[in-house]
Amino acid sequence: MGILEVKGVGKRFGGLQALGDVNLSVNERSVHAIIGPNGAGKSTLLNCLVGKLIPDTGSVMFDGQSVLGRKPHEINQMGISRVFQTPEIFGDLSVQENVMIPCFAKRDGAFELNAFSPALGQKDILAQAEEILEDVNMADKRHMHAASLSRGDKRRLEMAMCLVQQPKLLLLDEPTAGMARADTNNTIDLLKEIHEKRDITMAIIEHDMHVVFSLAQRITVLAQGTPLVEDTPENIKGHPKVREAYLGEAH
Amino acid sequence: MDAILLQTLNGLDKGSAYALIALGLTLIFGTLGVVNFAHGALFMIGAFCAVTLQRVLSLSYETIDETQKDFLGNPLKVKTPYVESWFGPDVGGAIIEWSVPLALLFAIPIMIGVGFAMERGLIKHFYKRPHADQILVTFGLAIVLQEVVKYFFGANPIQTPPPDALNGVANVGIIFGMDIVYPVWRLVYFLFSLLIIGAVFAFLQFTTFGMVVRAGMADRETVGLLGINIDRRFTIMFGIAAAVAGLAGVMYGPINAPNYHMGMDFLVLSFVVVVVGGMGSLPGAVLAGFLLGILESYASTTWATTTIPGINQIIIYLVAIVVLLTRPRGLMGRKGVMED
Amino acid sequence: MLGLNSKDFRLFLVVIGLTLFAPVLLNPFPTESGLAQFNAGYPDLMQRFVIFGIFAIGFNILFGLTGYLSFGHAAFLGVGSYAAVWMFKLLSYNVLPAIALSVIVAAIFSLAIGFVSLRRSGIYFSILTLAFAQMSFALAYSVLSNPKFNLTNGETGLQVYNDDPQIFHSDRLPDLPHLFGLSMRASTDIALGPWTFTLNAGYYLSAVFMVAAFYIAIRLFRSPFGMMLRAIKTNQTRLNYTGLNSRPYTLAAFVISGAYAGLAGGLLAAMDPLAGAERMQWTASGEVVLMTILGGAGTLIGPILGSGLIKYFENIFSKINDDVLHSWFAFMPDGLEDAMVFIVHPFVGKGWHLTLGIVFMLVVIFLPGGLVEGGQRLWRWITGANRKKSDDQDTKHAPHAAE
Repeated sequence: MGILEVKGVGKRFGGLQALGDVNLSVNERSVHAIIGPNGAGKSTLLNCLVGKLIPDTGSVMFDGQSVLGRKPHEINQMGISRVFQTPEIFGDLSVQENVMIPCFAKRDGAFELNAFSPALGQKDILAQAEEILEDVNMADKRHMHAASLSRGDKRRLEMAMCLVQQPKLLLLDEPTAGMARADTNNTIDLLKEIHEKRDITMAIIEHDMHVVFSLAQRITVLAQGTPLVEDTPENIKGHPKVREAYLGEAH
Repeated sequence: MDAILLQTLNGLDKGSAYALIALGLTLIFGTLGVVNFAHGALFMIGAFCAVTLQRVLSLSYETIDETQKDFLGNPLKVKTPYVESWFGPDVGGAIIEWSVPLALLFAIPIMIGVGFAMERGLIKHFYKRPHADQILVTFGLAIVLQEVVKYFFGANPIQTPPPDALNGVANVGIIFGMDIVYPVWRLVYFLFSLLIIGAVFAFLQFTTFGMVVRAGMADRETVGLLGINIDRRFTIMFGIAAAVAGLAGVMYGPINAPNYHMGMDFLVLSFVVVVVGGMGSLPGAVLAGFLLGILESYASTTWATTTIPGINQIIIYLVAIVVLLTRPRGLMGRKGVMED
Repeated sequence: MLGLNSKDFRLFLVVIGLTLFAPVLLNPFPTESGLAQFNAGYPDLMQRFVIFGIFAIGFNILFGLTGYLSFGHAAFLGVGSYAAVWMFKLLSYNVLPAIALSVIVAAIFSLAIGFVSLRRSGIYFSILTLAFAQMSFALAYSVLSNPKFNLTNGETGLQVYNDDPQIFHSDRLPDLPHLFGLSMRASTDIALGPWTFTLNAGYYLSAVFMVAAFYIAIRLFRSPFGMMLRAIKTNQTRLNYTGLNSRPYTLAAFVISGAYAGLAGGLLAAMDPLAGAERMQWTASGEVVLMTILGGAGTLIGPILGSGLIKYFENIFSKINDDVLHSWFAFMPDGLEDAMVFIVHPFVGKGWHLTLGIVFMLVVIFLPGGLVEGGQRLWRWITGANRKKSDDQDTKHAPHAAE
């Protein structure tokens, strides 16, 4: 049994069958990549996992519980954190505040009317925030305005915001989209480091083969809303069906 | 049956005004993505175009008529408008009498000019600012515009009578074999609004310009990528929307004497109309305008107001709240417009 | 101190000092001098300063922190006033139960309206609140004032009549709102040379409430709750994917700001026991929006400055007539004097709304941080701090998440 079990998930938008009968199993502590050409349904699948969309059919079980019908914040509280294609951070807040918020969410739950005690007086939260900022080498930027960070730093900050919650599953939506090669390699290293150090289960949606083959232990190939194959990177590379449906097209 | 028809007719004039203002709001909103709180002020400026023209035409010089005495026994001062002395009393008098319809011609260039100036001078700089900022700056502009009008025309309503020929009542029931008397000018207003609405739709439907604008409303980026200068067209659209609001205002004068805050009064309701019709949907705005106007008229019947006192005052808001909560996209709107 | 950091504590002390000495500070011109008409230190106006200050502080908790632009907050102020006057009518003229009830009723009312309105965001939220407020206005103005069920007394306004029960009223007590016998209209004049300062009981009661309201607002701004509200403004998507439910946060902010408005409404009634529907009209809601933006939305002191400025404009600026203008420009040659009067005339006196509108537009366009930001920029310019910082300030306001 994997930590995330997707069974028979289908989603239809009007006349378009975006997903049809997707099965997927992500093992604990593994890095699992979901690849596929544009329009294969990768983003739709991801949105079904995090509660933005509700699939028409099938089930999504996370850690033994169904996530279907739950709101994004409830699913996050279950232990799924998400990194976006373009970093979603709190631009008007300081870097430190950005990482404090997930700490509060972890400690106090989805809502807590804590309106009278100073936020900067919460020692435990501050300590956690400081620790994660040290980890991603951003401690010296803690008082900076998050919107003024470089794109790479925004990505690190978003990653830090997810990691500080110690999620059971980290979902990454094309973490290297639109990056130059050097930045891509940096991101790969960062993700590798995170995986090794924290032993976190990761699911990556990506169409950059370089990223996928450098990181993933298992790969699911999606095409036209259905999984073609699920296998190890070595087998995927030589798989004729994949070549035909995906690599053939891409190259 | 008579009563139903009468109330429907009674709702038409207000409904027409709502529909015209909401149409302009939606044009601006759909093309430029701007929420324009100053749109009501454009309606008001239109009405004051008619007032101004009426005043200009009535400019007179005084002569002393020795043959007549006023009540104090002094020689009577007679005011003769210049127009009458130029064109003779008959033609001149007719020109003054028809000043409201004439003001339409006069208002079109003015309103388009005001629209251009507003878009180029102010709104343009707010495309990339949050909607809250757009609301705030246009709200400020609305205050400024209405205060300027107040400064020149005072705070009291100014009568702008329709031409005598259109001032009476007509028995519109004859068509249906019934007896229903209805002010002619309101019929004129209704027909006028249909004409304007038809013209706007025809313009968008059958001209290349309109086609590009509609494409732009659907997907601004793509049209921009085609190398079409969409911004300039949108500026022109703003001018047209301003003209629609202004003309609606010109013709509304004889129904309700214009005052400086009439724009604000109509604005709130027009927003409600836009939302009920569906943000960004032109047919929705028109449909909702007429529907709400007529609904308000039904709610004003004695039967309705004795059953639920004051229902006529709150019915539109009630409908809006119910619509917004049960069908956020409105009657005919697309999903997701302006969400978040 | 008091759970505030040193900077906030200094600000808090400044506000206390200003409110405490307002009767003196606002009367800088000797009573007999020509400039005495610019003195704002008379009880009626000072009461308005602090009461509308409370209103704006509360509005800022919603708009300044979360970015949700409500165009219907005057409804809560009006409801607060009605609640207070009903307490006067039923119990007695003592202001404390009246104010307590205004806050409670306004909070409940805002809970109901907020619960519905906050199901939508952005422009839809603004229009929903606008619709609710206009509906409340219509209800108060006509619907709820019919012979069978007269809750608001319609056009006349709700007031206390001789045949009202006033069960706790006794002849010893003043026939006007009072605090355990101390009439809200009680004033002491202190003459100091050519100056006269008026200390008024009603003002100081309102001032105590405002200082308390301000203190609570500071604590709230610095709390985790305040941080979440600011997070909602900048990126609601991220907040939801961080495991936080934004709805209860916005609703709590809405109710708190509604309660502030109710407090302001209750105090207005306590100063003058009359509640009218016009207090609920959407233009009144627009006024608090103007106050908050003008002063600086999202800043602590901004709303107080903004409300003070607008109320000063409304009461003082509006009294400048042509005679006053002529006396100002009397030093000029006659022709020039007339020309100056002619130019300035539209902007003062009855035209003060025009000035307000223009200033407001300028602030929205050039100073999104309001007067507070203007002051900061000016300060940096005077002290010669490097320009780079002010550039940072500019970019700070550019990338607001669209609302």
